[in-house]
Amino acid sequence: MWGYYVALALRSSARSKALTALVIVLLAFGVSACMVSYAVFRATTSDPLPAKSSRLYVPQIDNFGPSYTWQGEPPPTLSYTDAMALWQSHKASRQTLLYPAAWQVESDDGSTPAMSLGGDAVTADFFAMFDVPFRFGSGWAASDDELRATVVVISRRLNDKLFGGQDSVGQAIRLDGHIFRITGVLEDWNPKPRFFDLGTNGHTEFDDAGDIYIPLTRGIAMKKDSTTYNGCPTESGVYDTSRWDARLTSECAWIDAWVELATPAEVDRYREFLHNYAGQQQRLGRFSWAPNIRLRNLMDWMAFQDVTPRASSLSMLVSGSFLLIVLVNVIGLMLARFMRRAPEIGIRRALGASRAAIYRQFLIEGATMGFVGGLVGVALTLFGVWGAGGLFEPKIARLVHADASLIALTVLLAVAATVVSALYPTWRAAQTQPAWQIKINS
Amino acid sequence: MAFIKAFMQLRPIVKALGRHKVATALIVLQVALTLAVTSNALFIVATRIVHLSRPTGTDEAHLFVIHNGWTIGQNATQIDANIRTDLDTLRRVPGVRDAFSSYGYPLAGDGSYISVRPKLKPDQKARGPFAMIYAADEHTINTLGISLVAGRNFRPDEITTFGPNDKISPPGIIITRSLADKLFPDESALGKTVYFPGGPTRIVGILASLQGSISITRSSDGDSVLVPAHYVDPDGVWYLLRADAADMKPVIAAALKALQARGGVRVLDPKHGVVTMAQARERAYATDQSLAMLMSIVSGLLLLATAGGIVGLSSFWVSQRRKQIGIRRSLGATTGDILRYFHAENFLIVGGGIVLGIMLAVLANLGLMKVFYPLPHMPLYVPLLGALLLWLLGQLAVWGPARYAAKVPPVVAIRTE
Repeated sequence: MWGYYVALALRSSARSKALTALVIVLLAFGVSACMVSYAVFRATTSDPLPAKSSRLYVPQIDNFGPSYTWQGEPPPTLSYTDAMALWQSHKASRQTLLYPAAWQVESDDGSTPAMSLGGDAVTADFFAMFDVPFRFGSGWAASDDELRATVVVISRRLNDKLFGGQDSVGQAIRLDGHIFRITGVLEDWNPKPRFFDLGTNGHTEFDDAGDIYIPLTRGIAMKKDSTTYNGCPTESGVYDTSRWDARLTSECAWIDAWVELATPAEVDRYREFLHNYAGQQQRLGRFSWAPNIRLRNLMDWMAFQDVTPRASSLSMLVSGSFLLIVLVNVIGLMLARFMRRAPEIGIRRALGASRAAIYRQFLIEGATMGFVGGLVGVALTLFGVWGAGGLFEPKIARLVHADASLIALTVLLAVAATVVSALYPTWRAAQTQPAWQIKINS
Repeated sequence: MAFIKAFMQLRPIVKALGRHKVATALIVLQVALTLAVTSNALFIVATRIVHLSRPTGTDEAHLFVIHNGWTIGQNATQIDANIRTDLDTLRRVPGVRDAFSSYGYPLAGDGSYISVRPKLKPDQKARGPFAMIYAADEHTINTLGISLVAGRNFRPDEITTFGPNDKISPPGIIITRSLADKLFPDESALGKTVYFPGGPTRIVGILASLQGSISITRSSDGDSVLVPAHYVDPDGVWYLLRADAADMKPVIAAALKALQARGGVRVLDPKHGVVTMAQARERAYATDQSLAMLMSIVSGLLLLATAGGIVGLSSFWVSQRRKQIGIRRSLGATTGDILRYFHAENFLIVGGGIVLGIMLAVLANLGLMKVFYPLPHMPLYVPLLGALLLWLLGQLAVWGPARYAAKVPPVVAIRTE
């Protein structure tokens, strides 16, 4: 029966070629515009750590107070005081503090000219928490954090440049003139978006990850400044970089914090801990406001930080409206197409076809057209994804790709959209009075 | 005359449309949605294009910048000496017209600027207007290709230094006209004193225009201040160079080579550390560019889709009404009457869509303004222009089917199919 209806659909399409072509082309454009936008949107909002994003949380503590926060939101980063207090309390199974830092990098023997490279000062748990893959060696031990050890983990890219890709664990490099011992070399690791230092780094979420990771405690001991602008609850909003010790005791917020919490119970406990901590600071007279804390998991954090580019959300919105308009259009064209065949329906009904049979026939006809429209749409989508480079910034465009799921979704969306828009025209077709149609044509 | 004739037919048209309520409603809805979406999309395109085609005020075709990092351990005096030597060297490179050092450059982007809020009185409580500082010297105006509208250039003996933690208090500054107008709306700013965090300073010159590092605001991008100093940041400095020729490749190579002759004091990155103004412009406005492009493509497709829909449905109506048309023709209606009938009908339907569409368009604009800062209010003439466009489009789309209808011979009336 199905095959017969499909054959009927094709035959009736052959009779009204222009109308059919119009429906298919419209559908293909509407669906592919949506899918190209979706491909970009998907790339910019994708989960960088699908296996554990639900277990990673960003704690925020309001140490600015109502006059310096914006709409009551605590600053995205922590002050050194709060960061250290959280870290030393060990209330989460894993936790890391970090801030971005740039270095002048030289090989130990000075054979390569100095390079300026970026990275992050982190704590030992960083690598395990974010599933950072190692090519050689490993991260450092928690005891190295305590000892402010001069150890470093470098990227594969830097290892290729300095050591020709050989295992360089145990070798040394110079950072800002100081000798650091390499404990590990990373595999290519480039999470997109660059989520881990979103709080400090702001709008660099689609930049590549850095090349240098050293213990945060060592960075602090070296008075190594963060590379990014950070907020202070003062009139000027910036801190005096020349007075390091004052910075550490100030309320300026410049450190990203992450905690790993496995169960909802742990999350609740940690939230309570944060609340109590802020309450304690209030009692101590440091905060003159009620505890104002947040604990967001990775995906909520990215949404809060507005990772998705404006162009992407706007194109999603516009292509969605485009598809809606196309569907209104398709309803009209389907109505024309089905009503034109009122005599045929009349005869079928008179010969004993039930209403259900008419429904089936026309919905299948709709689905067939949707399927063909979907196939054309796939071609247009592939073309659009290929052309995304000309439409979006290079660093975003290179994240966009087509895969099996995108293609399947394109066809599915086309079929679903057509069937939905065929509902009303089909209902009208099924209302056809057999006797009336036959009489008119006699 | 033809117009009046067409309107004489309105009553029967409205009556006939009443028999096709759903199909009519669908076209009305489609026209309304198309108008709402395209007028907003094209409005965004227009605002973006206006935004991204603003000139920086500089001789962009001949400008490039080199980021120069300093090796670790140099103090402010050494860095200042380095900058002076480097500038001497760079100005002597063949093909380089002039050069100066600064922090940031026009269109460099968020984060690459030093800001200041100059106050009019030393004890003023309110914040002054936001402005971006360029470290500058007597070569800055010639290098950027900008011009003074009042006052004078810096003198070589005025050039001092400032570092990242210094509170700036230069003896004199040069500001742009847009900033001067904000500070002193009613009088000339030349010779006036304003207060920086480090103390008072006199405005010695006023520039026609010079954009700062940021390119995202509508009101503050052009508010720049030239401070007569070398910026001595241990991290590094930007050298801004103006070339003689528009083909800057050989000049860039020569400038880098000249700097590398004293390579021990610096860290250069020939790949990422050299930016031409054209590249800076492309980077700064990449999002605006892609938004404008996307919106134009979608608007174009939308208009085509709507035209297609009108053609499709009108042809269907024509084929349904062949018999009526035949009867009208045999009762004396001319082909012109038939043509006018379909055009008038289309005019009415699209008109209905437009009324609904203008309301939707205004609502959509208000919604978008909340989500996408900084989008201004859409002036009413935008959807009105869109309405005109859709009316034209509708008339154009119905032209084919209407002509087909007009060709129906009167004899159809007496023929049974």
